[in-house]
Amino acid sequence: MSPKKIAGIVLVAIALLALPLVLTQVGTAWVRIANLAILFVFLSLGLNIVVGMAGLLDLGYVAFYAVGAYTWALLASPHFNLHLSFWAILPLGALLACIAGAVLGAPTLRLRGDYLAIVTLGFGEIVRIFMNNLSAPFNITNGPKGITRIDGMQLGDLNFMQTDTLFGLAFTGPAKYYYVLLLLLMLVIIVNLRLQKSRIGRAWVAIREDEVAAKAAGINTRNIKLLAFAMGASFGGVAGGMFAAMQGFVSPESFILHESIMILAMVVLGGMGNVWGVIAGALLLSFVPELLRYTVQPAQMALFGRMLIEPEVLRMLIFGIALVLTMRFRPAGLWPESRHKREMNEAQEKAAA
Amino acid sequence: MSATATVLLEARGVGKRFGGVQALKDVSLTIRRQEIYGLIGPNGAGKTTFFNVLTGLYQRDGGDVLFDDQALDLETPYRVAAAGIARTFQNIRLFGNMTALENVMVGRHVRTKAGVFGAILRTPSQRAEEAAIKRRAEELLRYVGIAHRANDLARHLSYGDQRRLEIARALATEPKLLALDEPAAGMNATETAGLRQLIEGLRADGLTVLLIEHDVKLVMGLCDRVAVLDYGEKIAEDVPDVVQKDPKVIEAYLGGGVGE
Repeated sequence: MSPKKIAGIVLVAIALLALPLVLTQVGTAWVRIANLAILFVFLSLGLNIVVGMAGLLDLGYVAFYAVGAYTWALLASPHFNLHLSFWAILPLGALLACIAGAVLGAPTLRLRGDYLAIVTLGFGEIVRIFMNNLSAPFNITNGPKGITRIDGMQLGDLNFMQTDTLFGLAFTGPAKYYYVLLLLLMLVIIVNLRLQKSRIGRAWVAIREDEVAAKAAGINTRNIKLLAFAMGASFGGVAGGMFAAMQGFVSPESFILHESIMILAMVVLGGMGNVWGVIAGALLLSFVPELLRYTVQPAQMALFGRMLIEPEVLRMLIFGIALVLTMRFRPAGLWPESRHKREMNEAQEKAAA
Repeated sequence: MSATATVLLEARGVGKRFGGVQALKDVSLTIRRQEIYGLIGPNGAGKTTFFNVLTGLYQRDGGDVLFDDQALDLETPYRVAAAGIARTFQNIRLFGNMTALENVMVGRHVRTKAGVFGAILRTPSQRAEEAAIKRRAEELLRYVGIAHRANDLARHLSYGDQRRLEIARALATEPKLLALDEPAAGMNATETAGLRQLIEGLRADGLTVLLIEHDVKLVMGLCDRVAVLDYGEKIAEDVPDVVQKDPKVIEAYLGGGVGE
């Protein structure tokens, strides 16, 4: 690695580590927003395996997020009076999501494109409706009221619900979650990058490119597709667990179709298949709505003296325009897979020669 | 030599029907080791259907195939590949957005075993395997003569190079039988000559080749034995000189009014 690159990495690392302390000065809400953004990066990276690498259009991805969240909620709350440790619940949430992924994958193996999208969409809704209705005859999920007073994270003596002071710096609860999420995110990025450049990752891409040729080239497409669903889902499970711990409350409302579409939009906008593009897409679509929330109202008040357009409405409008423009001008996403980039570099080299 | 030692593949009574069309009717043929075996016939005779049945892409209605003294599992394509049959496609099917090198690396899938955990943890065995996959893929690209295009996307390769790349990917699965579906289709004379050299080289290296081809000159010059299909039925199987003079074969080609 060049010294320049190392210096760059160190700078980014310092910036990421200092971020919650800076954001706390602006307002703790912004640290929470950053945490949610990291969760969405997480989810997008999981969905990227299924959609970006293996090319399986999954519109029900939020179901796995829900499985992870409810696993944490049920095993660490007064609802069943269970208070298991973080070390048990998070892996369990990932495992259950993984199984849910395989269960969804199995009947859809023969489906492609639109048909697969519709079945996965249905699966996402089924999971949400289950959560909504599993309150009778046995109250498992507490129905639409959701589960409240979920335990936060507790690592040894470190309680994530209170503020600690270290070296004269105050670390609030959300700030502490931020560091855990950042650490998990690093792991997920490494897993993603390594899978991409492996025998399995190549098999996924091969299936995306031409399933028949992949079969003839000796790939067990059934198992490799199931693996993509299961791997992608397990990321969703981890993100769900962290979501439940951070929010302290889960209800079926958090896992609607809209969320699946948002995550898919992040993957598509950023650049399907490219880890860094997906991260950029997720961060962009997480922060822009929040920025709107804080700027649109004052701006309109200042300009017109009253609210003309609600931030929520404006958000969908901007997303819609952004996606249309992306499809028109950068169909491979803002930051497409390196293969495409390599191609462009080659073209430039040839032009220079 | 005993019969089993010389015979690599024996198809017995293979049949395939699409609705009312009998695409393959009771096709039996025998391919010997290290031979270049041609499969010819007029358009729609069932040649490609036979390939698809043989490689597990279509489910057969009857018959079975003995390969390398073992019954071949024709239901699952990847098991066919694992048993040692690799193929190319009439209308080239590459992984367009992967590089030439990656395309060949995919072919190594069936002979390697690193899984998810190996990849995530980058275990020494996984890294060694990955390096070996890459090395072998590079060798194969050199072998088919397109090493200089290793890092180009498959879809940017010229038509002839794509054909070669498809062969390299098939070779990466370490086949005993290489099935080529019209490899010379759309090639010019120079490219065809190069292809012919490549196929002869493959046989010299111990491979058996099954060839579907329309270029009669190529088939007659290259193949040791030829089978002719017509309306899904095998009407002849012999050395090229004999097949060429077979009245049934002449009838099949000329009787249809195609005029080859």
